[in-house]
Amino acid sequence: MEQEEYSGKLIVIEGTDGVGRSTHIAILRTWLESRGHAVLDTGMTRSVLAGRGLKEAKTGHTLGRLTMQLFYATDFIDRLENEMLPALRSGFVVLTDRYIYSALARAEVRGIDSAWIRSIYGMALVPDVVFYLRIHSAQQLVERVLASGRGFDYWESGMDLHLGEDFYDSFIAYQTRMLKVFDRMSAEFGFHVLNASRSVRSVASDLRRAVAKVIDETAASDETSHPPDKIAPINIKDVPKKALG
Amino acid sequence: MISYGRHQFPGKLFVVEGTDGSGKSTQLALLHQWLKAEGYPVFFSEWNSSPLVKDTTKRAKKRHLFTPASFSLLHATDFADRTERDIIPPLKAGAIVLADRYIYTAFARDVARGCNRDWVRAVYSFAVKPTMAFFFRAPLDIAIDRIVSGRPNLKYYEAGMDLGLADDPEESFTIFQGKILEEYDRMVSEFGLTVIDASRSIERQQREMRLMISQHLNRRRSKSN
Repeated sequence: MEQEEYSGKLIVIEGTDGVGRSTHIAILRTWLESRGHAVLDTGMTRSVLAGRGLKEAKTGHTLGRLTMQLFYATDFIDRLENEMLPALRSGFVVLTDRYIYSALARAEVRGIDSAWIRSIYGMALVPDVVFYLRIHSAQQLVERVLASGRGFDYWESGMDLHLGEDFYDSFIAYQTRMLKVFDRMSAEFGFHVLNASRSVRSVASDLRRAVAKVIDETAASDETSHPPDKIAPINIKDVPKKALG
Repeated sequence: MISYGRHQFPGKLFVVEGTDGSGKSTQLALLHQWLKAEGYPVFFSEWNSSPLVKDTTKRAKKRHLFTPASFSLLHATDFADRTERDIIPPLKAGAIVLADRYIYTAFARDVARGCNRDWVRAVYSFAVKPTMAFFFRAPLDIAIDRIVSGRPNLKYYEAGMDLGLADDPEESFTIFQGKILEEYDRMVSEFGLTVIDASRSIERQQREMRLMISQHLNRRRSKSN
C-alpha cells in the first residue's frame, strides 16, 4: 500500500444528537485559529455532491433504510476526497462534526448488517483522535432539545423505526439505543470520552487541552525526524480498513 | 439485512445487461409486451431511476463532481432505492420484475473506473439475485458504432472522460467500453450470466430469451398446482 505523509490533523467530534458538538467545534475553531492553525470544519450532509439531495430525501420520509446508509456514505466520501484530504495535505486541522462512527451507530440501531456497512466505510482515514461527547441518558438529551427551542426532529427521534407512540417516546427509545452503541464503540475504537453533562466551559477546556496535546506531539517530533504518518491515504483499490481497526 | 443469493420471493426477476448499444433495452421491451400479453403481472425498473437520487446525479454529472468512489456510491444509493421500492415489493407480491441494467453494470463500470472489485461487490451485497441475468454481448466495434452514430456527442462520464484515458471523447469512449466489456466477460462465470449473442437478428434473440424465461415461469405454475 502506498503511504502518504501529511502534516494536517484529523480531529473527530462524535456524540448523539443534542450533546453540543457544533458548539464545541465553533469554540475549538476560534481557539485553534487564534493559535495560528488553519482549520477546516465539516460535518454530515454538508457535501457539495450529495448534501442537498440527502437533505431533500430526508424531508420526504420515504427514504429506505439501505438507501439512507448509502446516501450518507456518498456524502461522506465526497467530503473525504474533496475537502478533508486536500486540507490534511495542506497542513490544516480538520474538525469534523461526526464521522463514520455516527453512521455505523445509526445503521446498527436500524438492524443493518454490520459487516456490510463497515466494508463500505473501509475507505475512511484513521482520525488522529475521536472525542466522544458522552451524556448518560436520553432524558438528559430531551432537556437540551427542549431548551434549544427547535423541538423534536423526525430522524433524531428515530420515527422511521416505529419505536414509540409519539416523538417523545420514540426519541427516548431511539437515543437510548444510540447511547448503548456508542458506549460499545468507544471501547472498540478507543474514543477519548468526555463527560458532556458538565458545563460548556469545562468541556471546552478539557477539549482544548486534549487537542493541544495531539497537535503539539507532532510539532515536537517534527523538529527531530519525520516518521511516516500512520494515516493511510484513500485508495479504493486497496480498501484500507484502518479506520475500523 | 438479507444478502445476495439469500432472498426468497415468489416473484421472478429477469435482468438485461451489456454495453451501451448492445440492444438490450429493445429486447427487454419486447419481453415486457409478451409477458403482459400472457397475463403476468409485470413490473419494469431501470438503472438510474430513483426519484430521491435523480437530481443529485444529474447535477453531479453536469458539474463533473464525481470521483470513481463517489460515482460508485451514488449509483449504489440509486440502486438501493430501486431495490427497496421497485424490486423487493413486487417480487414479494409474486410479480415478474424486469430490470434494465442491474448490479453488473456497476461492477463493470466502477471497476473499469479503478474501484476495487471486492469493495464494489460488498457495497451491492444487499441486492436480490436475479432469476436470470442476460448479458448482451456485441462485438465492441458494433456497439460503439451504434452509440456514436446515434448521438451527436458522447457524454463526459459515459465516455470515461474523468479517467483521462484520451483527450478525444470518441477515443476515450472506445478504450473505456473495452475495459467494461472485459469486466462483463469476467462476470459470465462468476455470476452465471446468460450470454446472448447480440450480433444476431432481433427476432432470433427474442425467441431464445422467451424460451429460457418460459421454463422458469412453467416451473412456478406447476409448483402452485
